Order: sequence, then C-alpha cells, then structure tokens
Amino acid sequence: MITNPTGRITQGQFSFLPDLTDDEITAQIEYGLRKGYAWSVEYTDDPHPRNTYWDMFGMPMFDLRDAAGVMQELRECRKTFQGHYIRMVAFDSTRGIESITMSFIVNRPPTEPGFGLERQEAEGRTLRYTVKSYATDRPENERYS
Amino acid sequence: MSTPRYSIPGSAPSVPPRDPEGPGAAIAQAPDAMERARSVAAVLAESQVEQVLADLDRDLVGLAPVKQRIRDIAALLVIDKLRMNLGLQAETPSMHMSFTGNPGTGKTTVALRMAEILHRLGYVRKGHLVAVTRDDLVGQYIGHTAPKTKEVLKKAMGGVLFIDEAYYLYRPENERDYGQEAIEILLQVMENQRDDLVVILAGYKDRMETFFRSNPGLSSRIAHHLDFPDYSVDELQQIAERMLAQRHYRFGAGAREIFHQYLERRIQQPHFANARSVRNALDRARLRQASRLFAERDRELGRDDLTTLLPADLLASRVFAEGSAGEATP
Repeated sequence: MITNPTGRITQGQFSFLPDLTDDEITAQIEYGLRKGYAWSVEYTDDPHPRNTYWDMFGMPMFDLRDAAGVMQELRECRKTFQGHYIRMVAFDSTRGIESITMSFIVNRPPTEPGFGLERQEAEGRTLRYTVKSYATDRPENERYS
Repeated sequence: MSTPRYSIPGSAPSVPPRDPEGPGAAIAQAPDAMERARSVAAVLAESQVEQVLADLDRDLVGLAPVKQRIRDIAALLVIDKLRMNLGLQAETPSMHMSFTGNPGTGKTTVALRMAEILHRLGYVRKGHLVAVTRDDLVGQYIGHTAPKTKEVLKKAMGGVLFIDEAYYLYRPENERDYGQEAIEILLQVMENQRDDLVVILAGYKDRMETFFRSNPGLSSRIAHHLDFPDYSVDELQQIAERMLAQRHYRFGAGAREIFHQYLERRIQQPHFANARSVRNALDRARLRQASRLFAERDRELGRDDLTTLLPADLLASRVFAEGSAGEATP
C-alpha cells in the first residue's frame, strides 16, 4: 500500500490505471445504472488507507436512468473541492446485498506526497509502527493547495 | 465492451476510446448501421420510428394538428441524422415543447409517445418520461427548492420531463414564492443541457399563455407549441368504443345512439373534460350495469350479459334527467 510503484494512493477499482477520462467514467456509471445501482459522490482530503468513510457530496442518487445526472453532480463536486480526492460509489439496494458494489477514485490532488513510516518506542524494546500522510501535517482544506 | 477502454502504460497498444456521447451511441440497437444510413428509409428502418408513428395514428383519435406536428419533428430529426452521418453541421435542435389544451385532450398520452419517438430517433438516450407537478419541484422553505428541482432534473436526464399544469410554478400574487427559483434552474438546464433532457410543459391554454407572458425567457426557449383541440362528438364516440373494447365491454342494441345523445348534452355542460369525461361516464354505466345484474340473483349470466351495456344503463344518467345540471357525480 505504501510503497507502490505508481506513487499514488490505490483504493477501489481502477486505481492502478491511468486516470479515467470523463467518457470512461460515464461508461462505468452507465454500467452501474443498468445494474440498478444508486450512485453517490464522496470526497476527502485525508488519504490514509484506514480512512474508509469519506464525506458525502449530496445525497445518494436513487431512481436515475442516465449517467448525465451523476456526471453533473461530479462536476459540481470537482468545482467545490478542487484538489481533493473524489470517488464514485455505487450502492446495490437489492435485499440481501445492500452494500457498496463499486467504488473508484475520479479526482486526485495534483501532487500526492505519500506516506511516512512512524515508529513509536513502547515498553521494553517494543516498536510500534504506523503510517502518516505527509499531506495531513497541514489543516483540513489546505492540504493539497 | 469486448476490448478494454483503458490502456496500461507499457502494455498492449492503447485502444482509442470510442466517444460514448456520440450520436450513434445513443441508439441502443445497432449504432453502426444507424451511422452508416444514407437515406430516409434506412434511418426509419433502423430506428423503427415509423412503427411508433403508425401506433400514434391508430391509437389516438382525432388530434390531426398534433399528429402533423409530431411527423414534422420526426422528419427534422431524421434529416438531421442523415446530415450528421455525412459530417455536415447539424446543430442539435431544441426540442422543448409546450402542450396546451383543455383537460382530457390527451396531453399526457402524447407526451409518453413523444418520449418514445425521441428515443427511437436517438435524440434522448433513455426515453423514459418523468411526470411532475409543482409539488415535486418547489420546496417549502428557503434552500429547499434548488436541491428538489435538481433531483427531479437528474432523474429526468436521458428522457423527457413532463411538467403538468406548469403555470402553478409561477405565483405572481406571492412575491416570496419559491416557484421562481425552480423556473430559473429549469431554464438553465433547458439551455445548457439540451442533449440530456427534453422538457414538456403542459396545461390549459389560457393559463399557459399568461404564464409564458410573465416568463418570456421560458417561452423563447420552447421551440414547439402544440395546441390540443377539443374532440368532436363523433371522435368522443370513437374514443368510447375503444375504451369499451379494451375492457371487453360493448354497447347493446340502441345504446350507441343513446350514448351519442348523452355526449351531445354533456358537451354543453360545464366541467366537460373530453376523453376523461367519457371514461367517467362509461365507468358509471358499468356501475349501473353491475347493479342491474346484481339484482337478478337467480339468473344465470352468460358472456353477453356480462359484456353488454344496455340503453337503460346510460339513460339513468343525471345528464338525461335534468338536462341543465352540472357534472353528474362519479
């Protein structure tokens, strides 16, 4: 996760690939809509791998038929949160599943500084390890500007 | 989607992504054949739009000017498709419409067909109809309207947004009404996202005219103003017969003439709602037929008895009893 050759965070689908173009994102959304998923847009500026719950941008979009509506929401989110991580999340509301079935990053900050390894000395000669993003040294909303 | 749309650096040569927004991709079936079409017949065959137009002619009684206008629109879209195939400049025409007419003249029904036609010709991508009224668009407090309207618009993307009784959006008597906000958002989307959705405003003619006069921006963005004429008595009679046939009923001996007389009287009365009144009248006749049969406990009822409306079922109507009375209660 930390030492990955692309130098970018990799979460969800397609994250080892080059950034998806808008047309490719539209095609993925279209696929999800055909399957009956509800899309929503989420954003964050804390790239820690354990940061699972990102902030929602608006409500999940149920009952949509066409990707244009979702893309419009994504465009608005990009405008509001430039330089944040933005991901598309597809929720399958089928009884018995009722969970996220697709999730991929559609917007990244221009530079991703990566993570540093922190060592904490504990009792005896124990060492505890954790990772910390260099970006999170700065306060929220100023991390990637 | 047999070939991947992405490319991994350093692996196989990249495949140029096909433009999914392109004109052909909008048609679900065989986009390639559609793009190669060079004649009107080819486009018609490929889009199967002729079938829908024929259905429209067959299923809907009367409405000649409306049908003609729909044919014109279809022709324009077909020719645009051909122009586009040859690489000529084909600006997407504005397809927003307003349907004006008295109640029960078939505005909603035609809107549904319109969605289908626009979809077959590739003007809208999905071809569903989202029917809304003021309540679905306008919020109840500050800041409620914009998200509400946007949500409805998002649902309608790729299809047709049908706003029934659109004039309720604008309430001049209340200057703090939020309807104006909904209209502004609507205008913006109608202008900027013409490829994504078609808006149809519907309502009574006189009130729609007032509405357009107070919102000139809206009126000028609507290319097609379709006026739905009232039905004549003969057309109403035809509609009635079709409604009965659909529900496996028929007029018994003499009932057809009685119903014709009923229509002639009813049409003079206030609150006449064209096809809707016909349907209500038939529903009431079915009620009377049911109680007539119900009264004869021991009679064995055959197919004919159950499907036939007798003159007595129609003559019991208040329209015949009073002549000048208002709407007979449903």
